[in-house]
Amino acid sequence: MSEMPRDFGFGSDEEMLRDLARKLLDEEMPPAKLRRLVAEDPGRVYERGELPGWDPALWKQIVELGWTGLPIPEDAGGVGFKTVGVAALVEEVGRHALPSPLLSTLACAYVLREADPEAAAPWLRRIADGTPASLAITDARGTWEPGATDVAAAADGDGLRLSGTACFVQDAFKAELLVVSAARGDERFLCAVPVDAPGVERSQDHIHDLTRDQASVRFDDVAVPAAAIASRDGAAVLAAAWPALLVLVAADLCGCAEWQLQTTVAYARDRKQFDRPIGFFQAVKHPLVDAMLMIDRARSLLYHAACCIDSGSPEAEAAARMAKSAASDAGAYASDRSVQLHGGIGFTWECDVHLFFKRSLHDQALLGDGVHQRRKLALEWIGPAES
Amino acid sequence: MAEASLTAEQIEFQDYARRWLAENRPPPPPERLPLSPIEVMTEGQRDYLQAWQRRVYDAGLVGCDYPEAYGGGGHQGFQRIANQEIAAARVPFLVNIVGLQMAAPTILVHGTEEQKRKFIPGALRGDEIWCQGFSEPGAGSDMANQQTTAVRRGDDWIVNGHKVWTSLGHFAKWMILLARTSRDHKYDGITYFLCPIEGHPGVTVRPLIKITGESGFNEVLFEDVVVPDRYRLDDVGKGWTVAMTTLTYERGAAESAGGGGGDPLQPVRRLVALARDRWRDGRRAADDPITRDAIVQQAIVAEGLRQNGRRAKVPALVDHPMRLPLQQKVLMSELSQSNARLGVEIAGAHSTLYKLDPAAPDAGHWPLAYMGSYGHTIAAGTNEIQRNILGERVLGLPKSK
Repeated sequence: MSEMPRDFGFGSDEEMLRDLARKLLDEEMPPAKLRRLVAEDPGRVYERGELPGWDPALWKQIVELGWTGLPIPEDAGGVGFKTVGVAALVEEVGRHALPSPLLSTLACAYVLREADPEAAAPWLRRIADGTPASLAITDARGTWEPGATDVAAAADGDGLRLSGTACFVQDAFKAELLVVSAARGDERFLCAVPVDAPGVERSQDHIHDLTRDQASVRFDDVAVPAAAIASRDGAAVLAAAWPALLVLVAADLCGCAEWQLQTTVAYARDRKQFDRPIGFFQAVKHPLVDAMLMIDRARSLLYHAACCIDSGSPEAEAAARMAKSAASDAGAYASDRSVQLHGGIGFTWECDVHLFFKRSLHDQALLGDGVHQRRKLALEWIGPAES
Repeated sequence: MAEASLTAEQIEFQDYARRWLAENRPPPPPERLPLSPIEVMTEGQRDYLQAWQRRVYDAGLVGCDYPEAYGGGGHQGFQRIANQEIAAARVPFLVNIVGLQMAAPTILVHGTEEQKRKFIPGALRGDEIWCQGFSEPGAGSDMANQQTTAVRRGDDWIVNGHKVWTSLGHFAKWMILLARTSRDHKYDGITYFLCPIEGHPGVTVRPLIKITGESGFNEVLFEDVVVPDRYRLDDVGKGWTVAMTTLTYERGAAESAGGGGGDPLQPVRRLVALARDRWRDGRRAADDPITRDAIVQQAIVAEGLRQNGRRAKVPALVDHPMRLPLQQKVLMSELSQSNARLGVEIAGAHSTLYKLDPAAPDAGHWPLAYMGSYGHTIAAGTNEIQRNILGERVLGLPKSK
């Protein structure tokens, strides 16, 4: 078995980046600003179907800080940062419910770094240079199997032509580049396709979460030159990257849940009923402690999973599925109690908890909820079930 | 998993401990052993376990980090390694749990030189069994409500009162005892004593029967019991502070009593084995999706607990220094409870069979473990009290008292 550091390999570089991210996002994306950006007018997204707001200037800062290149090896123009460091950064992103294409871009970086280096290098370099990207790897049924799109690839000289639809594409309207999973018979390709390539059409999904966007993307005979085929072994590449993709979502959930916990704790200390702060009552105190227990379990499993990825451990997939299962459950419970324990105000638009509730709800399902992850783990640990 | 942070000396010790445990497995016990030291009932169990603790001590695997003057090995960071190896070797537990994990560390912190030399060696070797006299009928979660009194008379104290839930009391030579020496202050009126029990005039130890039908803990009555002042630990009126030292170690003890220290996935493997052996609707319980989900949930909680222990040692990944340590007792006891509960569910129709019945799965382990698990969710501060402590000390919520 590969050697794994007791401290998850989380050192001063990782800590410094995390603290920097926390400081930047505390300043640049406080809850009041988030509310102004995404929730000033409830009709904007939910009635008129417009895209929710975000802060492109902050994205520019993020790019300049090199965050999009964190997982990318240095020889491909990136930083070669450890996954434990990226997980800590993404926890901060979740803690601020940051609307940005960062998670979808990091996901593309993790996928492409598993591909044949020569074919993927130019695309990794573009991401490291700050091109926002997103994975188009999911079919209309929303299965959580890696790479199951309804996009067909046909040969066209030494390139390909893509036709069909990829669904549940995250932050598609912030992305400039798509990493598309497309099949030809048993072959699965990963293609780098600019969103403005002829024949690409994004159709907005109307989702609850105000801190991101999502789309179905139609490919109508889209030409993919040979240089844009990032992998001809897409299934293996996605499988190799899957633990990291799960870690990204789990980290976002953990950060989001910690905000929900701390915000609800602050409210329970402040809000008085029956002449006492409601946090005095054990019916309020104990559920908050339970949320903390669940968040800590998820965080510990998160860093274990990230460390497994960094160590090249064969346990990375199981560890990441445990982390995603625990994080989805922690997110669900922290969300549930954050609304309930805020009482009447928690049920209103003006209280910020709904922004995190919806982001968490979205994350809980993304790439497979807890039940899905546990079904996969049961297959590994208990074996196939006979019916 | 390789331990990157061990010194060469520690690695050598780890090899030695592993080898010694492999080569010196004790003979099978003369009778079935309980699941943890706090349930030891018979003299046969006691003698067997005491002999085992002596051998482990003589091999240098107990008390490794105590000074040699007090019977220890004089090392640093060896005990954690020894504990891991003992747990992994699946050998019998060390019976003198109160002596090892509560009395000895508390005496080391608060005792006089004479007390350390007198009490610690016997506690480590297991020659002198210890019990704990903190709980009373009216002092459970409200532990400072001590009603047992100690009144000064010359060089002695005269103790009167009633202690309950006294595990190992029927075998104990000594008790760590809290008694009220002043009615003027609730907390500062408590003093901590090292009290003789076995054969001591005025002390009556009576067994209490648990919900499992087993004995194993007791009530202890004190009637004009004479305790010499040299057995007082630390100052008069400082008993609450000393007790807090003990409780810090007790949480560790509660964890090991709850089955901690070893591979957290081990109980899950037992559940899988059980589920392969039980039937549901014409197929094995191991094929039932809800059972599979429940088993995997347990594994995730167990692995989470292990990774919490790892993360607790990385300050940069901990928001509050007590946030993870204070969770251990709650998590460990509730994990073993839910493991046992799930085992009962999977055992199905056979789950109601007592261990006397030859058809009881796993020799009747699951229902006994389930019922016995309440000992751990109640003892060492109920999990409700632990949640108050977590909410107040870590989250900063208003105090419930």
